[in-house]
Amino acid sequence: MFAEIDSPAKLAKISEICRAAFARQKTRFLICAGTGCVAMGSLPVLAEFKRQIAERGLAVDVEMLFEGREAVTAAAGSGCHGFCEKGPLVRVEPQGIFYNKVKAEDVAEILAASLDQNSIVERLLYKNPDGSPCLTVHEVPFYSGQTRNVLERCGLIDPEDIREYFAHDGYQALAKALREYTPEQVIEIVSRSNLRGRGGAGFTTGKKWATCRRAPGDTKYVVCNCDEGDPGAFMDRSVLEADPHAVLEGMAIAAYAVGAERGFLYVRAEYPLAVARLQKAMEQAIKWKVLGENIMGCGFNFYPEIFQGAGAFVCGEETSLLASLEGGRGMPRMKPPFPAEEGLWKRPTVLNNVKTLAKVPKIIDQGADWFAATGTVKSPGTAVFALTGKIKNSGLIEVPMGITLREIVYGIGGGIINDGKFKAVQTGGPSGGCLPEELLELEVDFDSLRSAGSMMGSGGMVVLDEKSCMVDIARYFLEFTVHESCGQCTPCRDGIWQMLHILNDITAGKGRPEDLALLEEMGKSIIAGAICGLGKTAPNPVLSTLRYFRPEYEAHIQDKACPALNCQELIAYQIDPNKCKACGRCRKECPVEAIKGEKKTPHVIEQSKCCKCGICLETCPAKFSAVSKITGKHGDGSLASIDR
Amino acid sequence: MEIFPEAVTEEKEVTEDKMAAIFSRFKGRREELIPILQAVQEKFSYLPEEAMQQVARFISVSESRVYGAATFYSQFYFTQRGKHNIKVCCGTACHVKGAKSILEAFERELGVASGGTTEDFKYNLERVACIGSCALAPVVMVDDTVYGHMEARRVTECLKTDPDSKL
Repeated sequence: MFAEIDSPAKLAKISEICRAAFARQKTRFLICAGTGCVAMGSLPVLAEFKRQIAERGLAVDVEMLFEGREAVTAAAGSGCHGFCEKGPLVRVEPQGIFYNKVKAEDVAEILAASLDQNSIVERLLYKNPDGSPCLTVHEVPFYSGQTRNVLERCGLIDPEDIREYFAHDGYQALAKALREYTPEQVIEIVSRSNLRGRGGAGFTTGKKWATCRRAPGDTKYVVCNCDEGDPGAFMDRSVLEADPHAVLEGMAIAAYAVGAERGFLYVRAEYPLAVARLQKAMEQAIKWKVLGENIMGCGFNFYPEIFQGAGAFVCGEETSLLASLEGGRGMPRMKPPFPAEEGLWKRPTVLNNVKTLAKVPKIIDQGADWFAATGTVKSPGTAVFALTGKIKNSGLIEVPMGITLREIVYGIGGGIINDGKFKAVQTGGPSGGCLPEELLELEVDFDSLRSAGSMMGSGGMVVLDEKSCMVDIARYFLEFTVHESCGQCTPCRDGIWQMLHILNDITAGKGRPEDLALLEEMGKSIIAGAICGLGKTAPNPVLSTLRYFRPEYEAHIQDKACPALNCQELIAYQIDPNKCKACGRCRKECPVEAIKGEKKTPHVIEQSKCCKCGICLETCPAKFSAVSKITGKHGDGSLASIDR
Repeated sequence: MEIFPEAVTEEKEVTEDKMAAIFSRFKGRREELIPILQAVQEKFSYLPEEAMQQVARFISVSESRVYGAATFYSQFYFTQRGKHNIKVCCGTACHVKGAKSILEAFERELGVASGGTTEDFKYNLERVACIGSCALAPVVMVDDTVYGHMEARRVTECLKTDPDSKL
């Protein structure tokens, strides 16, 4: 079924038809085809579903649904369901049955249960830590603790069919904006909702739009920042892959509000699936006339284009992104003038993050008060986080602002893997910091995180346990920012580089007591002096770990010890002769032949040869557990690590 | 390690025809520089010097500007690449779960530093910032295959399941 949508009334009619058509599917199997589940092997599962459903003679083409035919069943690939840890994931709708870790060979059993026996495959259900199974998605603690607004449709619709988006009120908000509101009124609603930019800094979206609207000139642009570069973060990618139309609709509303006709989506080079989905979504939307020329007959034009980045983290910074879009090196520049006044090709340009734009349609649809009712007064709405690291339930989550870190880590996240001890949570990626256990009750929003020395960032949240060395984490992020610094301003180019060298020394056991004060002093000067957000926030990981985990730095410097047993140059591997049963496995696997030993003689690691890869520890059978890591000084005062 | 002589890219030579075919998809505007370079690299697997010179003429900018932009972005390569890409993810989640020891294991096994290409042009070894499969950390990507929950001792296994066998 296809029709050109030439008026908002026609859209309402089409939505009705789509809703009715998809409602004719009695059972619907949604197989997650997000990057995480694809990596776990979800595509063969999807193919198997399609094959077996066709074999049963139940397959009904989507087109036939629109002819009024009833489909008993359908299988569709969907965007990310969020619970990547347990992939591949399959949802059975409308019941909401939630299967995890599904393999192709499980498909027959699932189909038989759902279609023939009206039962459930219990062994594939998610099990709580106490072993009790969760029947539906709503019972799984990972989901029940969430408030899904941006992610509402993620995993529920096929992102490659615009009609599914229509069936979920797609493009109704754009129609409402075009028909009922002037651009100024749209800005007024967004301002009143107090929506703040989800890219990290939390600037008020309405204010940005108003500045751009007021700026002189006829040519203006809207840019969607999809250059999600923080390591450990994949929120934007999941939204783009699972619900691309929501982003496009939000962009069109932004364009209408500020008076732009052209828009660009700057997508990270590493996201091929997101690009493909966006491309397809854009083509469909233009064909149906909800984007492009004379949208829905309302006289408004909007032409979005995709631009693929080429791998530069700094291009997530708005002025760098614009320089890159113009075809040059992605170097940031001083602000003001802000892009809203002077941006792409010197024209007023609004730049918004993916999640910010994806929130806009619902704000227009439901009103500013609806949005402001969730979250905190100063940071209303929800926040999307990629929850990863040493946590049981890794995945993509959406929570109301103001939720405590404890609720996220222990409620939704299910606690630390292997029931380890929580040490810190890292938010905001290379711009953020590490928050310790004392701050678990902290209510998460833009301002609270900043005053705690971290940042909301675009939403990476990495949980660390006792085996994570905080000095190493700080060093890791600096290594990243040094690599990604554009090299333009001295504080960032030379300052962060020097800080990294000091940290390298500390983690190698060559730190000096005065280094810590020096790091703090340098960090503060770099924050004050760097041109762009990358440099201004780069010292945060160091400053926040110095603030909350100073004793760990001191252990590295004074005792030449890494309490987390992580820093290679401060640790050594050893074999306990009383536990070693001389099975020879470690000796065989050791890549540098550092392990000596005969049959029946306990093995010994020759420290001068050891490359500290840890393979001996991995291979030593759990029942022996003879290999261990040591750090600091032995009883005789000699250092565990041998300086080689 | 086996030597695969056919691993040498067939599209090695930069000819007028090949470049014209690439340029036909563009208008010759300055802002198209990055998409053009991406298209050139797709064709040759790296950016040959002659190709960059022709790009400069096509969009009417100096060669240094093309080179300047190209070297700014980590996606672009300036020497011939190997046949298979091994990407060791060193994102935060992978880092805290031991990505470093996995990268070192690859370096040891392949006898090449990260960022390099093996002498037989079979493998490129790269450390990447994040491939977004954090829930499977630590992660390694060999061409399009993702290996999740990696361990240093499984590195040899990764290489043993030779990607050539699947091609």
